Amino acid sequence: MRGFVIATLFTLPFIAWQPGAAGQNSAATAKASAPIDITGYWVAFVTEDWRFRMITPRKGDYQPVPMTPEARKVADAWDPAADEAAGNQCKAYGAAAIMRLASRFHITWQDDNTLRVDSDWGMQTRFLRFNAPSSLPGERTLQGHSVAQWERPASLKVVTANLRAGYLRKNGVPYSENAVVTEYFDIAPIPGGGQVLLVTSIVDDPQYLRQPFTTSSQFKKEADGSKWDPTPCTAK
Amino acid sequence: MGSNAMHCKMSWSAVAVLCLVACRMAFAQVELTGSWTPRNHEFLTGDGLPVDFTGIPLSEEGRIRALSYSQSQLEMVEHQCQGWPAFYLVQGPFGLRIWNETDPLKGNVISYTIGGWEDRAPMTIWMDGRPHPSEYALHTRSGFTTGKWEGNTLVTYTTHMKAGFLRKTGAPSSDEAATTMRFYRHDDILTILEIIEDPIYLAEPWILSRSFQLSATPQPPVGPPCITAYEGSVGPTAPHYLPEKNPWVDEMTTKYGVPRDAAVGKPETLYPEYRKKIP
Repeated sequence: MRGFVIATLFTLPFIAWQPGAAGQNSAATAKASAPIDITGYWVAFVTEDWRFRMITPRKGDYQPVPMTPEARKVADAWDPAADEAAGNQCKAYGAAAIMRLASRFHITWQDDNTLRVDSDWGMQTRFLRFNAPSSLPGERTLQGHSVAQWERPASLKVVTANLRAGYLRKNGVPYSENAVVTEYFDIAPIPGGGQVLLVTSIVDDPQYLRQPFTTSSQFKKEADGSKWDPTPCTAK
Repeated sequence: MGSNAMHCKMSWSAVAVLCLVACRMAFAQVELTGSWTPRNHEFLTGDGLPVDFTGIPLSEEGRIRALSYSQSQLEMVEHQCQGWPAFYLVQGPFGLRIWNETDPLKGNVISYTIGGWEDRAPMTIWMDGRPHPSEYALHTRSGFTTGKWEGNTLVTYTTHMKAGFLRKTGAPSSDEAATTMRFYRHDDILTILEIIEDPIYLAEPWILSRSFQLSATPQPPVGPPCITAYEGSVGPTAPHYLPEKNPWVDEMTTKYGVPRDAAVGKPETLYPEYRKKIP
C-alpha cells in the first residue's frame, strides 16, 4: 500500500500536466492560469506580403488568396468611395483581417477572464473571452464573438464567429458573415534580445474561399506605448 | 489472498502506472513526422521581379550586393546551386516530409530529417545533444542543425550554411548566417517560425513564418539534387549591375505602387510608422 501511495504522489504532477490538452482548472481564472503572457505592446514586423499590408493593393491584385469565383466578382466590384459614403470604411479591419494589418496592438486583461486587444490602425477593439459559450445571440459585429482557451503547455487558441462581412484585404477581397476565424497565439524569444508574438490565423469561409485562408504574422514586443499612434480606418 | 500478497500486487500496480506515465513523459512532445502540404497563402519569396526585396531588413552591404546581382550569374557554375540554403524550406512553395531516426535500444529520437525537394537538399536535425562543429568546418547548402524540445515546440538551430540567397532574386546570405526555427503544431496545422541572423547582410534578424497542413498524400522525401553544369555562355566577367544603375529598381513602383525604399529592403519600411511616409 505504501508503494502505491508513493507512486501515486510521484505521478500526480505528470498526470495533471497533459500536453496539448486544454487542461484548464475551472476554478482558476484565465488570468491566474495563463501559461504565457501575451500582454503588452506589439508591433507588426511586416516581412511577408508587404504590398498587401502596408499599402492598399491595386484593384484585381488578389494573389495568393484562394478565392471562389463569387468572391472574385465581389472584389472586382470593390468601390472604396462607396464604402466611405456608406460608413463602411472599416470593412478591412474586422477580426478575419486585422491581425494581418501593419498595425500596433495593445493586449491587456479587461477582466480576469477576458483579454482585450486594441489596434492603433483602425482603432479597433477585440475581446477574447475565456469560459464563454461558443456562440452568443445578438448583432453581428466587425470583431465578432471570440472564445479563447489556453492550450497547454504554452499557447492560446481563439475562435471567432458571429462576424459582420468584411474584407481580407484592403482592396475588397471579401469574407462573408458566416466566416469562422481560428487563431493560435505563440510567443518566442528573439536571439540577441526581445520577444516575438506569432499569430497563426485560419479563416474558414466556404462562400468566398476555396480552402481555409491560412496566414501567420509576427509581432515584436515593445517596451511601452510611446509609438502608439491611433489612426482611423480608411477605405482607400 | 493474504495482506502481503495484496500489498505486493498493489505495489506492482503502482510501478506499472509509474512506468506508463514515465514512458508518456519520454515521448511527451507532439508528433511532427509525416507529410505536410503547404498553405501557400502568403508571399515569402517576393513577386519574382528582379528587385523585390520588400520585407527584408537588409544592411547597407546587403542592399549593395542585392542591387548588383544579375540573374545571368546563374550561368556560372559556382552560383548555380546557391538558391537553396536551409532556411528556404520555409520560404519555398513546396510541402514537407518529416521522418525520424530512433535509437533501436532506447527508443529516443536521434534525429529528424526534413526531406528535400527540387534542388534543396534534405535537412537533418540532430536531437542527440551533439555540439555544432568548429566554425572552420565544412559549410554546406543545408548546414548543420541541432534541435531540442521546449514543451511542445521543436526548436532548431542551423549554422554552417554556404553563402546563398535570402531571396532568390539576389538578396544575399553569407556563410556566417544562422537560423533558429520553431515548429508549432496546432491540431493539423504546423507553423514554422524562422528567425534568420546574418551579421553581414541583415541589419536585424529577419523573422518569417509559414503554415503547413497535415496530409495523407505523401510528400516526396528527396528531390533531384542540384547539379552544376557549364553552360558555355559566360564571358570573362561575372554578370552584374552597378548597384546605382540596376535597371529594374523601379519595377515594384511601376507595377504595384511600392516605394523604392521598400522595394530595396530598407529596415525602417518593415514597421507600421513607415505607412505615413508613403505618398
